[in-house]
Amino acid sequence: MSDLLSPVREMPTRSANSPLIRFERVAKRFGEVTAVDGVSLDIQEGEFFCLLGPSGCGKTTLMRMLAGFEEPDSGRVVLGGEDLAGTPPHRRPVNMMFQSYALFPHLTVTANIAFGLKQEGRRKAEIAERVAEMLRLVQLEPCATRYPHQLSGGQRQRVALARALAKRPKVLLLDEPLGALDRKLREETQFELKEMQARLGTTFLVVTHDQQEAMAMADRIAVMDRGRVVQVGSPSEIYEAPVSRFVAQFLGDVNLLEGRVRGREGELWVVEGPAAPEGLLVEGAETGLAQGQEVAVAVRPEKMVLHREPPTGWGNLLSGEVADLSYLGDWSVVRVRLDTGETVRVSRQNATRSVQAPIARRERVYVSFRPDAAVVLAP
Amino acid sequence: MTQAGREGVRAGLATRLAGAAVPALPFLWLVVFFLVPFVIVVKISLSDPASAMPPYRPLFACCGWEQVRGFIEGLDFESFETLFGDDLYVRAAASSVRIAAVSTLLLLLVGFPMAYAMARAPVRWRPALVAVVIVPFWTSFLIRVYAWIGILKPEGLLNQSLAALGIADAPLMLLNTETAVYIGIVYAYLPFMVLPLYAVLEKLDPSLLEAAEDLGAPGWRAFWSVTVPLAVPGVVAGSLLCFIPIVGEFVIPDLLGGSETLMIGRTLWAEFFSNRDWPLASAVAIVLLAILVIPIVIYRDVEARRMEGGR
Repeated sequence: MSDLLSPVREMPTRSANSPLIRFERVAKRFGEVTAVDGVSLDIQEGEFFCLLGPSGCGKTTLMRMLAGFEEPDSGRVVLGGEDLAGTPPHRRPVNMMFQSYALFPHLTVTANIAFGLKQEGRRKAEIAERVAEMLRLVQLEPCATRYPHQLSGGQRQRVALARALAKRPKVLLLDEPLGALDRKLREETQFELKEMQARLGTTFLVVTHDQQEAMAMADRIAVMDRGRVVQVGSPSEIYEAPVSRFVAQFLGDVNLLEGRVRGREGELWVVEGPAAPEGLLVEGAETGLAQGQEVAVAVRPEKMVLHREPPTGWGNLLSGEVADLSYLGDWSVVRVRLDTGETVRVSRQNATRSVQAPIARRERVYVSFRPDAAVVLAP
Repeated sequence: MTQAGREGVRAGLATRLAGAAVPALPFLWLVVFFLVPFVIVVKISLSDPASAMPPYRPLFACCGWEQVRGFIEGLDFESFETLFGDDLYVRAAASSVRIAAVSTLLLLLVGFPMAYAMARAPVRWRPALVAVVIVPFWTSFLIRVYAWIGILKPEGLLNQSLAALGIADAPLMLLNTETAVYIGIVYAYLPFMVLPLYAVLEKLDPSLLEAAEDLGAPGWRAFWSVTVPLAVPGVVAGSLLCFIPIVGEFVIPDLLGGSETLMIGRTLWAEFFSNRDWPLASAVAIVLLAILVIPIVIYRDVEARRMEGGR
């Protein structure tokens, strides 16, 4: 997988020295609830890093520990080689963009952006210059004298961003930065944020529950579940090589075919299960799996191919009939009920405007996928 | 026109009448219970005192040009002239405003921390805390003020406690002083200060304070630059809700205050019941109203701006 169109993105160049942010076995409980359960995580300078997970997975608590609004019960939070324990929020060189934006309603846009600079006791001229610079950055010069309630949702989001960036923080923390925007604006803003991060070189740490948002923006993603980090990697690593059913299902759509490990055939695992008694062949390194172990074969819908006639050639073949079809414009999703009872989803790109003899419901079809299109998941 | 069409028109008319009745009702209420009595008071203030029942004249004359003219000629501004000529009334008015202003300031000093603590208490406690603030209303206002006599008098609860604890040798002479009046007023009006403040502080988004801290403001500065300015509508509402009735307060200075505590409400009462000079008493009432119109207008203005400015 090293051709030009490889989906695996290059890792950002890492500096040889220590990471900018380091969480060391950090834990935090709220009463009976363990919000963060022994998280260790390194974030490099200049990275666009995403904490991704369902609500209640501890991602916001982890971020708030970096901002200083929560202190860890155990473990250390280190920023630029310095342990942050005991440093109050107002002394930490990080700034946060709040989910609700938390703009000061009694202050104008200008005064909101200037707030942090004023706390530093800078000279008036310097503050004015920096505010003008930030207004230019987020293209809000015409709104400088307005109050937050006079702005649209998208404008408020940009004021919040400008205010958090005004003090040139070492790390910008963004808590669900696009959560309050509508879909169209969200997509535009994703690119703007990404572009802005690349230009400023500031380390961005984003918390989100939206996998599409995380994949579109982040250099690296940490997927969290019930207080733990379950996988860290680039978006393509996480999407193409998930380490667990949870990760596979949380990021995008996936078909899980349950089965047992029969053994190895060269470079491939053989997994037998109800869907394929003769065994499915899946590419994978020879580690961690025992014969007879219960596993799932995970295949993304776009990596399955639909046929009318049984194809000749090499790969995994399943048969069944079309249960239903959904036309989504750019894609169509076909649900196929296999002869063995399971249902799989196969997506096909609508590459042409019209199709000769389109697939119909109840039609008999064959589904194939290559051994390198699937992953064996043990947990 | 068809039957159904005519019924439709009739239903539309009924809806429109009902729609007009909704704003008309409070308007009617104000006319009957405020405007009419006020006109009567104005009329009495322009009359002359008399040893009769009712103790003023002329009485309202009816039905006849001569009688109406005689009635109008009987009215004059003599009571107002007395009022502004005698410095007792001017001093009473000034003293009322001063006591009300000082009381409002004291109420703010006591009420703000209370309201702030309530607003920051755990959510499940808040209804109980609000109830605690309101509970005193279940007992008659008069009884509660009387209770303060029992507490403040020389051999009262306060002095007994102080003596028992060995803090004071001689009893504190609080009753019938202006201090007692302040204690009574702050006690009685506290809910009117706390509740509007609580309403504003409770709505305050806690992430605003976090944002201020995140941007480099230590806790106390975050409080001054975010909480306090955003509490201004509550401060104004609470202050006026206290200041306006305190200016005209009668019961508390009468029961707890001494003879030197001069308040316009007491003066009014004395003119009305002791001197039986109804025209002069009515004139005092009108001057009191005039004094209060200014803060009422400010209050209305602030409220209107808050409604507009609200998110």
